[in-house]
Amino acid sequence: MNWTGLDTWIVITGVLICMACALPGTFLMLNRQSMLGDGISHAVLPGLAVAFLLTNSRDIFPMAAGAVAAGVLTAVLTQMVQRFGQVESGAALGVVFCGLFAVGLILIRVASDKVDLDADCVLYGSIETAVVDVNLVPRVAWISGGLLIFNALLIAFFYKELRLAAFDPALATTLGFNANAIRLGLTVVASVTTVLAFESVGSILVIAMLVVPAAAASLLTHKLHWLLALALVLAAASAVLGHIGAITLRRFVGGLFGQSDLGATSSAAMMAVTAGVLFLICWLVTAVRQFANRRRVARDSHRS
Amino acid sequence: MHTAETTPLLLAVRDLNVAYQSKVVVWDADFDAPFGQLVAIVGPNGAGKSTLIKAALGLVPIASGSVRFFGLPYAEVRHRVAYVPQRESVDWDFPVSAVDVVAMGLYRRLGWCLPVRRRELDLARAALVKVGLADYASRQISQLSGGQQQRVFLARALAQDADLYLMDEPFASVDAATERAIVEVLRELRASGRTVVCVHHDLPTVPEYFDHVALLNMRVVAQGPVSSTFTAENLRKTYGARLTLLEEAAQAVERARVSLQHREER
Ligand SMILES: Nc1ncnc2c1ncn2[C@@H]1O[C@H](COP(=O)(O)OP(=O)(O)OP(=O)(O)O)[C@@H](O)[C@H]1O
Ligand SMILES: [Mg+2]
Repeated sequence: MNWTGLDTWIVITGVLICMACALPGTFLMLNRQSMLGDGISHAVLPGLAVAFLLTNSRDIFPMAAGAVAAGVLTAVLTQMVQRFGQVESGAALGVVFCGLFAVGLILIRVASDKVDLDADCVLYGSIETAVVDVNLVPRVAWISGGLLIFNALLIAFFYKELRLAAFDPALATTLGFNANAIRLGLTVVASVTTVLAFESVGSILVIAMLVVPAAAASLLTHKLHWLLALALVLAAASAVLGHIGAITLRRFVGGLFGQSDLGATSSAAMMAVTAGVLFLICWLVTAVRQFANRRRVARDSHRS
Repeated sequence: MHTAETTPLLLAVRDLNVAYQSKVVVWDADFDAPFGQLVAIVGPNGAGKSTLIKAALGLVPIASGSVRFFGLPYAEVRHRVAYVPQRESVDWDFPVSAVDVVAMGLYRRLGWCLPVRRRELDLARAALVKVGLADYASRQISQLSGGQQQRVFLARALAQDADLYLMDEPFASVDAATERAIVEVLRELRASGRTVVCVHHDLPTVPEYFDHVALLNMRVVAQGPVSSTFTAENLRKTYGARLTLLEEAAQAVERARVSLQHREER
């Protein structure tokens, strides 16, 4: 295998970003808000467009601010639609993010008359091009490292509050820990994470990492600290194995069609696929374990 | 016996109106919890019992009316009030252990950001002992039976060490032994000067378990000492004229009379 410095940076960045997403993702799952990442990643489009129309620049800061604002708006609107429209949370989220996405597309159309702001580049970042950087450590590696540390610290500080608000919001509120505020705080963290991460790795990987490692880990353990630890391990493993998979697949496909390299097999996409495969393995392990348990119980009861 | 002046009303609800969207659920409700008593709130499904409690605690918005705990707004006396929600209100597959859940009752004392320490866990275990779950402390809650889960909730309220307990159906789907254990805990609370308000569904046991009762069906139909308030007439007003319920009510009243006689004889 032809491993270059670039591959190392792709893997490092991938691992950091995936782990950074898995942390808030675990608590989103516990709040039954797993699809929020999906919603946010669509809803940021109008945020980006408005930020662009207001500032007329494509600087990272106004863009990020617009995107985070849109993410928070998604969460708040979803809560409102759910409460006042009396629909379940999934449906409320669907209504909100489709609406915002549509508004975003229209705004982008309006904006693109003035300058090239392309919806595709918003939705699909590319980890391969992102790590190509003149600096010793690529900017995306800094961003994703910072993001991971930030999320880890927040969760370490507010572990008890997040767990309480996720398990029993009513109790949290009567104890003086406003559950809505805590959940909203988590949503803000998830929005920031989503926006910063998908600028570099694309929305598919971000959505996958918010949902899949947590879901897979929850099959393996019933303890919250193990859940977080396993989600992190699975996220990191997805990144490493995903990139190796992407390289292998590129070679294999390349050999098959007589082309030397098919750059189109995106590492980010393979990382997301790998997460799915790891989920499947976890699910199989659980299923086999349950089956074996049942067999043993049946056999024991037969003997006695 | 306290006189009317010296009996502080631990919870005084006045002219309370609560509506979800445009649907009025609690209407002009007056409700009092007198000091040191076990108080039952009874009424048919959907009568607004849970809503009354949630509204008092600020968990659902109030349309109009006033709520006072110990004569003060709730925000100032949170630490003196413990709430036990209906068991179905939480996800029992959540990845926490029994002792973790009980320790949640102590978070307020801990404050923001500080982790749960040995001391809190010890207090939580002591509360689990009181409800007979000493051996289940480190069990995951998903591996507890319904009655055990209910007792974990009770233990959490005990850990809060409050003066007033508001419990939403603490006896829902528990077996006879667990019910006795819970009643025992409630009586100990009363003996130590605490006041407990329970939403209760099982009419026949009201006279046996409780001192004071409020009959609720959107409005408070009647409230007062069980002996004078828990009458067939009031039950009919609360539950309507449905036959089975009336029979049940008649039986309940009959039992109430008998058990009160017993008490007086003793
Ligand atoms: N979140 C909500 N949104 C809209 N309506 C609600 C909501 N919660 C309760 N209701 C309605 O308010 C009414 C009172 O509900 P509540 O839960 O207070 O009844 P309850 O007396 O506790 O009944 P149960 O004995 O079944 O527990 C019911 O008609 C219910 O349908
Ligand atoms: Mg109820």
